[in-house]
Amino acid sequence: MTIENNVLVKLTEVGLKQRNKWLVKGVSLIVERGKIVTLIGPNGSGKSTTAKIAIGLHKNIEGNVEKFTDKIGYVPQKISIDWTLPLKVNDFMVLTDELDEEKINEALKLTGADHLKNQNLGNLSGGEFQRVLLARAVSKKPDLLVLDEPVQGVDFTGEIALYKLIKEIADKLNCGILLISHDLHTVMTATDHVICLNGHVCCSGTPKDVAMNSEYKLLFGEQASQTLSIYEHKHDHIHSNDGDIKKN
Amino acid sequence: MFDDFFIRALIAGIGVAFVTGPLGCFVVWRRLSYFGDTLAHSALLGVTMALAFEINIAISIFIISSVIAIILVKLEKNTNLPGDALLGLLAHSALAVGLVVIGFLSFIRFDVMGLLFGDILAVNVDDLIIIWGGGAIILIVLKIIWKPLFASTVNYELAEAEGLNPDRAKAIFTILMAAIIAISIKIVGLLLITGMLIIPTAMARNISDTPKKMVIFSICGGLLSVIMGLFSSLQFNTPSGPSIIAAALLLFVISLFKIKQTIQLKN
Repeated sequence: MTIENNVLVKLTEVGLKQRNKWLVKGVSLIVERGKIVTLIGPNGSGKSTTAKIAIGLHKNIEGNVEKFTDKIGYVPQKISIDWTLPLKVNDFMVLTDELDEEKINEALKLTGADHLKNQNLGNLSGGEFQRVLLARAVSKKPDLLVLDEPVQGVDFTGEIALYKLIKEIADKLNCGILLISHDLHTVMTATDHVICLNGHVCCSGTPKDVAMNSEYKLLFGEQASQTLSIYEHKHDHIHSNDGDIKKN
Repeated sequence: MFDDFFIRALIAGIGVAFVTGPLGCFVVWRRLSYFGDTLAHSALLGVTMALAFEINIAISIFIISSVIAIILVKLEKNTNLPGDALLGLLAHSALAVGLVVIGFLSFIRFDVMGLLFGDILAVNVDDLIIIWGGGAIILIVLKIIWKPLFASTVNYELAEAEGLNPDRAKAIFTILMAAIIAISIKIVGLLLITGMLIIPTAMARNISDTPKKMVIFSICGGLLSVIMGLFSSLQFNTPSGPSIIAAALLLFVISLFKIKQTIQLKN
């Protein structure tokens, strides 16, 4: 397969119906090399489903998925490692691909998890585990990274650092990233294209466009009308720790 | 020295233990112990078919177990019953039908106890060929599908997203399960085959911290159980299957002390 025009994956009007209910419908998106596309939306809006359609995890879908690469790194939303399976970070890193020691170390170092290499996966904290998951996904230098809520369980400072890291990885590996997040205010800055989902594409565009969009306001207004203003003005100023307000 | 039949049983049991070790790990990791039971129960039907149509018992069991596995997959897709209920339904139906058919085959006399609990007297040279030949094939196939099977055991979606084929690996693994039951029935007996898959593996889990170690210890545990079990079976004139499983249990109990030590070290 060749990569034309840097497009890694292209979804055209895709949808998925399960038990007579549309999980998502009519979603089109393109992820290009070096670009970060972020899916936002409330719970149950079809973010994960869309990401899974993009990497071919759902069969019987409507619409068209064109994949121009097989080198995909995936960080799923929920992953639980059973205690019945004794698994060290080192073993987990080579789960789907053979990697030499150097590449494993490099990837773990990149996400700040190199000290965890000989730990048992079951003993990691939520944040540590997310770093290991991310390290595993980037270790084989994928063309496309699909990250489903990659910062869950990470504390707030760690969250910002991790998003910064994701941006760095995108630049360094020159890969495309499809990112899913529900806390939009932290992801907005690094993202090239935002798609706001609510079963269908509610609105999309640059982070700024989306933040100004009335449908977006309506969607998040319904969910939590009180936080709408916080979401909205997150984009033009920053609250610093001492309560001061800085313009962007 | 020992009689020929005992040497044959020993060689057969050792062959079985080499295969149940790694397969047992996947049975435990993937929570398939009840599935193993279901296949083993259906083996009785396989034996009656073999007697009725005069075909090889191992081949007959393999076919029937595979058919039961396919029926299970179909039922899971087409009914709203939970998996364990379906497994129970199939296990007991297969056992009942098998016993009913035996009732009809009154012209054939055979040892039901030996079938249920294993019989070391019954092992002949043909069985050795089937156990070692079949066992080698099972291990080779398992080695080939190891990566997708293991990756999907850890996380199905991760494996599929990154280009492995977990569904195919799972289907092949199911066939391997049917095959191990077919080849080990004479030694362990159909009621205790799942024990042979699970108990040495459970022992191994207690003393290992990586998947590879767990597989190796599981094989070692199986080998020790077979040797200890068969010698005591000869000594005390007990059925071979229960003797092997009791030996495995003993090893498991010993391994519990190792856990206790590790926990104490940690604190």
